Amino acid sequence: MERRTISRRNFLNLAVGTTAGATLAACGTSGPSGGGSGGGGTGAGAATYWFLTGQPQQGIREDTVKRFNQANANSKITFTEFQNDAYKTKIKTAIGAGQGPTIIWGWGGGGLKSYVEAGQVEDLTSWFAQNSAVKSRLFPSAFGAATVNGKIYAMPAEQVQPIVMFYNKTVLDKVGIQPPQSWGDIMAAVPKINAKGIAPFSLGGQSRWTNMMWLEFLLDRIGGPEVFQAVFEGQKNAWSQPAVMDMLTKTQDLVKANGFIKGFSSITADSNADQALLVTGKATWTYGTMKQTGGDLVTGGHLGYMNFPPVEGGKGDPSDTVGNPGQYLSISSKATDAQKETAKKFFSTAVLDSAEVKQWIDTGGVPIVSGTESQLASSKDADFLKFVYGVSSKAKVFAQSWDQAMSPTAAEALLDNIAKLFQLSITPQQWIDNMNQVIGQ
Amino acid sequence: MTTLAPPVVEAPVAGARGGRTGAVAWMSLPALAVFLGFGVIPLIGVLALSFTSWDGIGAIHPAGFASWRTVLTDPGLLHALWVTFLVMALSWAVQTPLSIIIGVFLAGQQRYRELLAVLFFIPLLLSSAAIAITYKALLDPNFGLGAGLHLPLLAQDWLGKGPLALGVVIFVVSWQFIPFHSLIYQGAVRQIPRTMYEAAQIDGAGRMRSFFSITLPQLKYTIVTSSTLMVVGSLTFFDLIFVLTAGGPGDATRVLALDMYKRGFQANLMGPASVIAVILVLVGLILALLLRRLGGGGTSESQLEGA
Repeated sequence: MERRTISRRNFLNLAVGTTAGATLAACGTSGPSGGGSGGGGTGAGAATYWFLTGQPQQGIREDTVKRFNQANANSKITFTEFQNDAYKTKIKTAIGAGQGPTIIWGWGGGGLKSYVEAGQVEDLTSWFAQNSAVKSRLFPSAFGAATVNGKIYAMPAEQVQPIVMFYNKTVLDKVGIQPPQSWGDIMAAVPKINAKGIAPFSLGGQSRWTNMMWLEFLLDRIGGPEVFQAVFEGQKNAWSQPAVMDMLTKTQDLVKANGFIKGFSSITADSNADQALLVTGKATWTYGTMKQTGGDLVTGGHLGYMNFPPVEGGKGDPSDTVGNPGQYLSISSKATDAQKETAKKFFSTAVLDSAEVKQWIDTGGVPIVSGTESQLASSKDADFLKFVYGVSSKAKVFAQSWDQAMSPTAAEALLDNIAKLFQLSITPQQWIDNMNQVIGQ
Repeated sequence: MTTLAPPVVEAPVAGARGGRTGAVAWMSLPALAVFLGFGVIPLIGVLALSFTSWDGIGAIHPAGFASWRTVLTDPGLLHALWVTFLVMALSWAVQTPLSIIIGVFLAGQQRYRELLAVLFFIPLLLSSAAIAITYKALLDPNFGLGAGLHLPLLAQDWLGKGPLALGVVIFVVSWQFIPFHSLIYQGAVRQIPRTMYEAAQIDGAGRMRSFFSITLPQLKYTIVTSSTLMVVGSLTFFDLIFVLTAGGPGDATRVLALDMYKRGFQANLMGPASVIAVILVLVGLILALLLRRLGGGGTSESQLEGA
């Protein structure tokens, strides 16, 4: 579960370490691995589809295409797979040069918006209106990041990944505290945990988006979703709202109280060091979408999970969550009509069909399809998947991660300033001033 | 400028040596083509891009000096320049003396020194990314060397505090490149005629005196060459820093090359990124020129007088 999210996130942060090495290896040796070589790519309607490597999602994506190709001998889809860091640059260059695939795999939000503004992706609004059955079976919250200026430009797909707070029950027992019910509980627990020589929160701070999750939840719990919405809509000085100052101050308070593990700013999330800290009992809590790396912690039932607790006096709904409302498939506007037809047929008949839904659940994911409770209940990770399903489907607001929602330009400035905030090298007021400057960029 | 240029002298190329010159010119063509194709043309492209606004996906719009204004008024540029300068100066200051000492040591003819020379050379064989990943793992405050050996001194937050992270970068850069520069110095020291040392010995000079009065002055041009490589090379440190710290913590190790990458490929601002690329090229050229001036003043004077 978490590898997926983390790999996805690497793009924006270009978090380093193992991925950089892996990228080099991928470029130097094999390059993108061509798929569908078994006779794909014939016929006028033959479409192309680029997506990411990395199991188990890679296998699920391949199987879906293969099933589609078996059913549609005349309009096959050829897929090409990319290692994730390579993909982000490659897809951008390819689309910019008019060499992109028919079906573009992506993350929606700000990245999709830049494709829309460049006129590179198809408007699917009317298609969804004609095929309401396709739309109605998916989580409504998944469409937010597929929508730009009121029009739908992407088919939501794959799985939902809310950010969840994980904790090590063994460590909590050792310290003698309960999972926090409020921000006050967290701040009260921090000195107690530190006194035992254990770090309260594990954080892969070099990846930067990991730090951002704290701000996302705090801002929502303090001021509700409207505060970031104002930023997203590009309102002037939207970061100057009082809730923002409160969020930044609380964050720095937690940093100053040694709430995060020593050396967090040099830990990267993609090497899973942040989770290793939790698993080895060196840290109490971590935040993210970890699940399957836990080993004994998970199988022994020592891994607890919860949504972010409310903040005293905050306006936000504690059911709100943040994360990845889905993955997104767009159709290139440069494709031929026959290719576009193939892609649409793929969306309506193959994407998230019952076989794919089963595969996602079997690999510990929650597909963005409504009404899968019974399937989730019988899976091996039933409790956790039901929790994820509950959080995702009951959330009043399922906010997309800020850096995904914003344009790449603003997102980079955001991540940069967040890193400095956690480093205590800028004050909350400087943060607000810096961020107000890039609103609307 | 052109008005100040001296009148072009008709080159006597087509004279008696015409055929030979033609052949030589032809031989330089492949190198010239590669240089044009992969050096000059991209450079012109970058210069052109610096006057546009482009997100890498959509159309390229001419933007005049907008990108230049953004970059030149951004305090981030000054910071990146300063960090780049620090990395350059400090890594030069660390590498040069150590390389000279090791180079002089290795220039001896004993067998064991040959073995040591091979061992010293190993860091140079590793890729920067591999070195960075290794050091990152070793320096991890929770799982690294310090934590593993229970040495609190080593369990610092090496990459999490600005000055420490910069120090680590300089250390790793030096560790990686000292072998290379030692090799250069080793070769240069072996070129120094033995007779000079023999004469000094007869005059009663000790080892230290010989080193400072003969070896160092004789290494003058080698020092210039090696320094040029270090200084200009340090402008382009990217892979190592990118993998080791990603420019962090905050922006403590964000050198120009990294700043360029972040602007171009993470923030999708190809215009400002191209501006930084142009600045990088200019700074590199100026530095290389300065160093040449510094060392090239008296190339004609003999270093081997009396040898």
